Amino acid sequence: MPSFVERRPLTSLFILVVVGVLAWLILAPWPPGVTAVMGPKRVFLAAVLSGITLGALYFLVASGFTLIFGLMRNVNLAHGSLYLLGGYLGFEIADRTGSWLLAFPVVFVLVALLGVVLQYAVFRRMEGEELRQTLVTIGLSIVIADLLLAIWGGRSYQILTPDFLAGPMELPLITAVRPSGEAVYLRYPRVRIWILIAAIAVGIGMWLVINRTRIGMLIRAGVDDREMLAASGLPVQLVFVLVFAFGAGLAGVAGIVGGTFQSLSPGEDTRFLLASLVVVIVGGMGSITGAALGALIVGLTEQIGLVYAPTYSVVFTFLLMAAVLAFRPQGLLGQRR
Amino acid sequence: MAVAGEARLNGPAAAAAPAAPTFWFERIPAALWATGAVLLFMPAIAGDFVLFQIFGWTFILGIIALSLMFLAGYGGMVSLIQMTVAGLAGYMVAILGPSGTEQVSLGLAWWIYVPAAILIATLFGTLVGALAVRTEGIYTIMITLAIASAFFYFTRQNYTIFNGYNGFTLVVPPALFGIDWRRPVPFYYLSLACAALCYAAVVYVARAPFGLALQGVRDNARRMAALGYNVVAHRILAYSFASVLASVGGILLVWQNAQIAPGTAGIPAVIDILVIAVVGGLRRPVGPFIGALIYVLLSTFAPDVLTTFGLAPDRFKLIVGIGFLAAVYFSPDGVLGLWDRLMARRAKRADPLTGAPR
Repeated sequence: MPSFVERRPLTSLFILVVVGVLAWLILAPWPPGVTAVMGPKRVFLAAVLSGITLGALYFLVASGFTLIFGLMRNVNLAHGSLYLLGGYLGFEIADRTGSWLLAFPVVFVLVALLGVVLQYAVFRRMEGEELRQTLVTIGLSIVIADLLLAIWGGRSYQILTPDFLAGPMELPLITAVRPSGEAVYLRYPRVRIWILIAAIAVGIGMWLVINRTRIGMLIRAGVDDREMLAASGLPVQLVFVLVFAFGAGLAGVAGIVGGTFQSLSPGEDTRFLLASLVVVIVGGMGSITGAALGALIVGLTEQIGLVYAPTYSVVFTFLLMAAVLAFRPQGLLGQRR
Repeated sequence: MAVAGEARLNGPAAAAAPAAPTFWFERIPAALWATGAVLLFMPAIAGDFVLFQIFGWTFILGIIALSLMFLAGYGGMVSLIQMTVAGLAGYMVAILGPSGTEQVSLGLAWWIYVPAAILIATLFGTLVGALAVRTEGIYTIMITLAIASAFFYFTRQNYTIFNGYNGFTLVVPPALFGIDWRRPVPFYYLSLACAALCYAAVVYVARAPFGLALQGVRDNARRMAALGYNVVAHRILAYSFASVLASVGGILLVWQNAQIAPGTAGIPAVIDILVIAVVGGLRRPVGPFIGALIYVLLSTFAPDVLTTFGLAPDRFKLIVGIGFLAAVYFSPDGVLGLWDRLMARRAKRADPLTGAPR
């Protein structure tokens, strides 16, 4: 970190100022002048929190995407379909067994198995042909989307929040100060906070696995130089299958999460595919930390934009991506290869 | 490879060319003459539905897919932005020209809004190209797909310019020379003429110095840069040229449907163009038209076929998806590739005189 500050003093200063202003806006009670410009603080805080929790969901989807890309150079454009499939399966399981928590392991295993089948039956046969693999994933996404439409129809589903996560909780964030001097704290849906915590846990877990274990070492070596790893006689294919299964399973689980705090309907697959694309383009291909940063930035941009300029919120996300591409084509935390 | 490709494109005519000075029309292969003749006299035998729905739509989708074929086949850049460029051109026709949505449409004359639509859409395509050429291969797909989706969501949310979810209705071609160009026969000839022009333009550009340099850039960008070619400029210019084609297709599309809405350039439509171009074949300009014909026939008659087999008629996308998968899986260069391989196998058959394999 010190080296980054030394190399890029101006950029660091800029980042510091932005983070500082954001932190002040979030933590401090607003003076009337700020409220006059930006509306009540409650709205802003809600937008920021929605942005962060949406970023958590995006991270769950995009981390698998970026991991698969980094290792196998395979842009899995069927990733959104896996997300939607996981959501529908999760809905069915939660609906039939009545257990929201049970849906997670079952969906993870089911979608991961589908990932294994895809990797074995399709992608391994066209290894190294990146464009063809990508086209195949497009074909798969068309087929899966239509099958899902045939099975679950065009209506929208919402997975019920379990009782222990339902309702709001009070956060230690001041929205306003009453004339009596008593502070009003923000109330926010409990389930979203727990999803945020879970996503952070998943992120830290992935980071630990990748940076501290033997299989993580294999993955990192594969990202850096796949051919050399294979030439060293290590089980590259096994690593590929494991990573693909994990990424697919994570997308499926993210489907349950998305189905709980948003809804599931045809078209969500492309929405989340687009979100993953933008997240990894902004964050940098193949980097888990990049996916986390990208997801956070994209989520915040989308939600804050949605509150303050509803018509143009999509454009903000796009402008963000264009700016990153123009000034740092490899993504914020990506490495040039 | 570029040179070899060129020789194949020209076929036997090119081999014979040095023998005697020939007129340009003598070098056009016989198959093209035959296809042209059949298409010209099609209205004599085909009904209105076939002319307007099947062939009109085929030509339009073919033109848009042709622009993708130009980028992918000659430039090596698979761009998913072409349908969006076409959609923007269609929107511009609806916004600048007359339409049923009078509070937005400006109602200018056709000789203003048609060039303006092409110009604006081309500018947009060039801008996107300038962004996309900073990346390569699969990154290009991702970035253009992201921009295409952004355009879709933007048109759906923006009411002041794009009239949001409803889009524009009653967008009809101008009644030039007293002809209603939306009637099947005039529209057939209009779209045929545009398709033929676009086809000829691609064939010409591919053999012009620019096209040859572009193919050189596709095959070895570093060597072309060392030879003094401006690689980035060639790529961006390729996007501009492809955008012109796509916007012609887009204008025809809005006239054929008489309406335009966000779904016209939605993500499924964007993917469809890729499917058409890949299924037809990305090597030669005729591929997209073959792909478009297959796609149109499938989408028109699949419901009937599906019902005969006792399946739900709305599973047509499934067939398209599986067909696309099969094409990518078994013949990455599309129907044209199948044809080429068939020809190659025939040529490789045993020599009839000696019995030895050639």
